[in-house]
Amino acid sequence: MKPPPFAYRDPTTLDDALALLADDAEARPLAGGQSLMPMLNFRLVRPSTVVDLNRISALAGIAVDRGGATIGAMTRQVDALRAPVLAEQWPLIRMALEHVGHLQTRNRGTIGGSLAHNDPAAELPAVMLALDARMTVQRAKGARTISAQEFFVSSLTTAIVAGELLTAIHLPSPPPGAGMGFAELARRHGDFALAAAAIVVSRAGAGHARVVVTGMGDGPQRIPAAEAALLNGRFGEAAIAEAGAAASAAVSPIDDLHAPAWYRRKIAGVMAARAARDAIGRMAG
Amino acid sequence: MMSSETRTIRVTINGRAFGRTIETNLLLSDFIRHEVELTGTHVGCEHGVCGACTILFEGKPARSCLMLAVQADGARIETIESLADGERLHPLQTAFAENHGLQCGYCTPGILMTMKAYLAETPRPTEAQVREALSGNLCRCTGYQQIVEAVLQAAALMRGERP
Repeated sequence: MKPPPFAYRDPTTLDDALALLADDAEARPLAGGQSLMPMLNFRLVRPSTVVDLNRISALAGIAVDRGGATIGAMTRQVDALRAPVLAEQWPLIRMALEHVGHLQTRNRGTIGGSLAHNDPAAELPAVMLALDARMTVQRAKGARTISAQEFFVSSLTTAIVAGELLTAIHLPSPPPGAGMGFAELARRHGDFALAAAAIVVSRAGAGHARVVVTGMGDGPQRIPAAEAALLNGRFGEAAIAEAGAAASAAVSPIDDLHAPAWYRRKIAGVMAARAARDAIGRMAG
Repeated sequence: MMSSETRTIRVTINGRAFGRTIETNLLLSDFIRHEVELTGTHVGCEHGVCGACTILFEGKPARSCLMLAVQADGARIETIESLADGERLHPLQTAFAENHGLQCGYCTPGILMTMKAYLAETPRPTEAQVREALSGNLCRCTGYQQIVEAVLQAAALMRGERP
């Protein structure tokens, strides 16, 4: 239960961090450490170099403009949870963060760290998918922006390749009058989700619906059939029931020691319906 | 096998500065217990689940088994040894003693440090809020009931009320 030996670097600038990552494919960036440190303690990972990002102040912070919000990857979960600028337009972030770990882990854990780790039952990847977030990933020579849909590949896997670093998350302004809802079932408060759902709805224009379910073993999953059900049923009670049924039908959960697959499938639908009802209740118009 | 690097760090723990040369893969929990020899901080699971090793890092509760000692270079840390003022117990300690908020005591330092920071921010918590704030600390003896009662009483004591 002790970390293996590694070279340790704690750069103070992003350029220095990217240069270290470019030089060494076996180097691992260390963000808040709430996932990587347990993996090091168990020696599940043996990086050649740990590139500690905690002294790069430019990577933390939240900026909001007319186009949306930009969240620095090293923004602590506690700071995102308490940010009034996020709570106003993107309450889904706060709703989900209340389920992420505990106050001790949120003080250290970062938004970017959680997304780059992409635990298949983590709340934040599901939220980013529901909010149509875009991720900025930088390397020593250049940067690219990746949609949430492409960023989260599968369990513990993202589109980030060796030498790249997730540096910022962009949230587009939600559609007018948007309502957001989040529901989760976990055995104990703060545990990873057995099933969770993140939902954004709006009546503006032709209507807008995002239904994302997670906890099924492969990470967050958009459920187009549930989105269509909400839109076609004009967000009524029958549409909510149909969306829940569509979520249960669309997921492919696995059996594990926390819950059997049939149970996960059932509660995926229950969580989707519960989050949808909540989101619709908060929607304007 | 790669040999470990070493680095010299300077950390302020409970108001006192400690300089040590350490291996960069040393956990902060082990630094506090083995290098500085403050053994009040307990190590339970060593993978961030039990909360026994909770300390205040720059004033905020954090799991010291999920940090490297080298990351604390230049930082300010508080451990359970800072809670009492000499022989005078902190209200949390008084309340835990009076309410039988501990049995074996292994989880207690982590709980008290978490609650010290929590009550400073939330002086008038409800029982439900206390239970949620305690959710990151495992206790296998008490069933939590007396811990919750102790925290509520400590909050009252710290507000200057005698419950």
